[in-house]
Amino acid sequence: MSDTTHHDDHHDHEHHGNFWTNYIFSTDHKVIAKQFLFTAIFWAMIGVGMSVIFRLQLGFPDADLSFLKPILGKWIDATGKLDKEFYLALVTMHGTIMVFFVLTAGLSGTFSNYLIPLQIGAVDMASGFMNMLSYWFFAAAGVIMFYSLFIETGPASGGWVIYPPLSALPQAMPGSGLGMTLWLSSMALFIISTLLGGINYISTVINMRTRGMSFNRLPLTIWAFFITAVIGLLSFPVLFSAALLLIFDRSFGTSFFLSDIYIGGEALPNQGGSAILFQHLFWFLGHPEVYIVLLPALGISSEVIATNSRKPIFGYHAMILSIIGIAVLSFIVWAHHMFVTGMDPFLGTIFMFLTLIIAVPSAVKAFNYITTLWKGNLVFTPAMLFSIGLISLFIVGGLTGIHLASAAIDIQLHDTYFVVAHFHLVMGSASFFGMLAGIYHWFPKMFGRMMDAKMGYFHFWTTFIGVYAIFFPMHFIGVAGFPRRYYSHTAFEPFGLFTDLNMFISTAAILTFFAQFVFVFNFVYSMFKGRLAPANPWKSNTLEWTTPRFPGHGNWVGAIPQVFRWPYDYSKPGAKDDFIPQHIPYSETPESNLPFEQKLAEFEKQEQQEGIRIQKESQITTDNNENV
Amino acid sequence: MAAEVIADSTTPQMNAPVRSMWDGGNEPLKASYGKLMMWFFLLSDVFTFGAFLISYGVARFSFPSFQGEASEFIFSQAYWPIPEKVFNSMPLFHGIDAPLVFVGIMTFILIMSSVTMVLAVEAGHSPALNEDERQAEVEKWMLWTILGGVAFLSCQAWEWAHFIHGTEMFVTSMDEVARSTGFGANLVQNQYGPPLFADFFFFITGFHGCHVLIGVILNIIIFYNVVMGVYRRTGHYEMVEKVGLYWHFVDLVWVFVFTFFYLV
Repeated sequence: MSDTTHHDDHHDHEHHGNFWTNYIFSTDHKVIAKQFLFTAIFWAMIGVGMSVIFRLQLGFPDADLSFLKPILGKWIDATGKLDKEFYLALVTMHGTIMVFFVLTAGLSGTFSNYLIPLQIGAVDMASGFMNMLSYWFFAAAGVIMFYSLFIETGPASGGWVIYPPLSALPQAMPGSGLGMTLWLSSMALFIISTLLGGINYISTVINMRTRGMSFNRLPLTIWAFFITAVIGLLSFPVLFSAALLLIFDRSFGTSFFLSDIYIGGEALPNQGGSAILFQHLFWFLGHPEVYIVLLPALGISSEVIATNSRKPIFGYHAMILSIIGIAVLSFIVWAHHMFVTGMDPFLGTIFMFLTLIIAVPSAVKAFNYITTLWKGNLVFTPAMLFSIGLISLFIVGGLTGIHLASAAIDIQLHDTYFVVAHFHLVMGSASFFGMLAGIYHWFPKMFGRMMDAKMGYFHFWTTFIGVYAIFFPMHFIGVAGFPRRYYSHTAFEPFGLFTDLNMFISTAAILTFFAQFVFVFNFVYSMFKGRLAPANPWKSNTLEWTTPRFPGHGNWVGAIPQVFRWPYDYSKPGAKDDFIPQHIPYSETPESNLPFEQKLAEFEKQEQQEGIRIQKESQITTDNNENV
Repeated sequence: MAAEVIADSTTPQMNAPVRSMWDGGNEPLKASYGKLMMWFFLLSDVFTFGAFLISYGVARFSFPSFQGEASEFIFSQAYWPIPEKVFNSMPLFHGIDAPLVFVGIMTFILIMSSVTMVLAVEAGHSPALNEDERQAEVEKWMLWTILGGVAFLSCQAWEWAHFIHGTEMFVTSMDEVARSTGFGANLVQNQYGPPLFADFFFFITGFHGCHVLIGVILNIIIFYNVVMGVYRRTGHYEMVEKVGLYWHFVDLVWVFVFTFFYLV
């Protein structure tokens, strides 16, 4: 490290900026990634905090909640009960915040931004300026959403899926007034942010890979981020369309989604629209969205598991194909969210069949993780534990996905706690675990310091046990038929049976919530006081660990490393070390080369001798001149 | 670690190693990241317009069509109007039934502006021209493109105005129209048929019109840069090409809007 310090200083001199350009309106992908991360952690605290408040209501329906008055104000009534309308708003905002602000922006925004340039060997994103805009559109979306929490009529409360007519008519419920207007404005900005980010990620991966970094040598993280960006690019515009049409219905008197409505004994003039159409448009985004949050988490865990098993990832190409397979299938299964909308049963069967096919690539991924772990020299870092936890949640939640894909079962279970349990395990918690794994794994690169492992272990075990304690019992409540989004279950005789179970779930939720503060403390403390990180703390193969401890804007000091091999040469037979980083040429490792790699080594030498590089570079310059 | 694990791994198997343009360190297909970004933005915009046009299709087929002889057609709330009867007027030719003539002219103007855009891009890349000629040619064709865009928007403004104002053709009686829907159309009422027809007409052609407006603004910025010699100094006219991609896309979307709204 010491020899690079001097260069570092030099580097900083080149890019001297003031506080505003370095930390606020920075175009450096690493700073933008951290901005996304801090914002996502802020939103995660709010989003999870909301769920704890409504869990209090569900677990302890008779409790006096007046101690929440300092936070919730008038939403706690005189008898110390949570306001019913605000309960719905809490559920809605919890969903919106967690899905979009934490798991979409927090995962893609943080890790795509941070890792794409570092792992493909690029100095920055294709367009740093657009990248900065992407964050600030997200921040603006956040400000609007945050503001909506404090308005007189309360935030949007029609569920995170904002189905019309409930969301379209201000007179339908208080949250469908200004709260929904703000929700839609916020989401429009959020979609712009996602598109700006996604276009950047895709272009960067295609055009900015360093020499030798073919698609066959991309780390699986990058493959996952790349495909995620493609999914986002194709599905978010459809939500944008739906939101625009809904805005017109709400504010300009059109009837795109409205027809035959009587409200308060009065017939509305709107005729001819279709509320089901909105659901189709929404779920055309909504289902791919599930994979937008999950795929980056799976990509992160692929990298973490291979590194900490000291083994090549099992089935590298199978992993890529299953990512692509999931991406393609995610666009043609949306109507499985709509089996109870009066859909043609034959059409339902087709969507059911397509949905069940997703089990195949998902199972390929799950098996590949397990076979990677199999007989590996496992290193149980906190990141590794969270990745293994992710696989556990992915499998358990995935199995109930097969139940729900079946139309016959889904009609029974639709909108019950079974669905809540399913998607919280497979998409919510699994993605959240992936995010935490990523934070623990790349913290040393982000801040140059190590996080405390002991606190990490405590955080993992409490969260892992907590998540199962919260969501596993929900399956039983759901099978019994208890519907989601209901304010109270004590009003219905058959559900009185589950009072104890609900109390248990709520207690687990509260404990798990408070365990997260250990993580936040660890995160903030380690950022300033953590042990200084070695250059390559996890003995990992990927390129980000070849940068200085505190990489400046531009990432590498001097030339960008060239790539000669895939990123999973762990425990290669015959090799000196149990890992060979991607920038080590085959010609330097004759002792471990396989026959075809020996050919590559010869090719490397031949290439150098013939000076192909120089030739190519001069050719590129002449081409450019010709273009002029 | 067993040796089989490595042997079984899916590392690329190749017989004779060769360089490919996808190996990194260069721009595959010689497309700059700026051009790629424009392409990907347009791809996402395809989905935005796609969602609108599919929604239009859903609405269109939830209403019956007019059954009967075209000559007996009158506007009614009971069925979807025949577009040829709605869009049949020309400026200065009041009362004359000219089905789709005006919108045809609009479409022609927009397509011609795409042609001039191609010529501008072509001139920017042309090795046969010297620097002065190149700048002059790009200036000329960009100006024509801007004029085409402005002409299209002006035509659309007239068409909207006429649509909003209403017509006395194909109605049973003037009193009847005045009593039931009023003349013309807005987002709530529609003389020509179900209100949803007007809703979608305003929304989709309006959304497309916004795209054209943004395109015209971009074209003006590019034109200004060309005149100021910005691209002459950077050494290439790729910005013209990128904005050209957007302009062609807007043109292509219009072809679909035209097909769905006016022809089907």
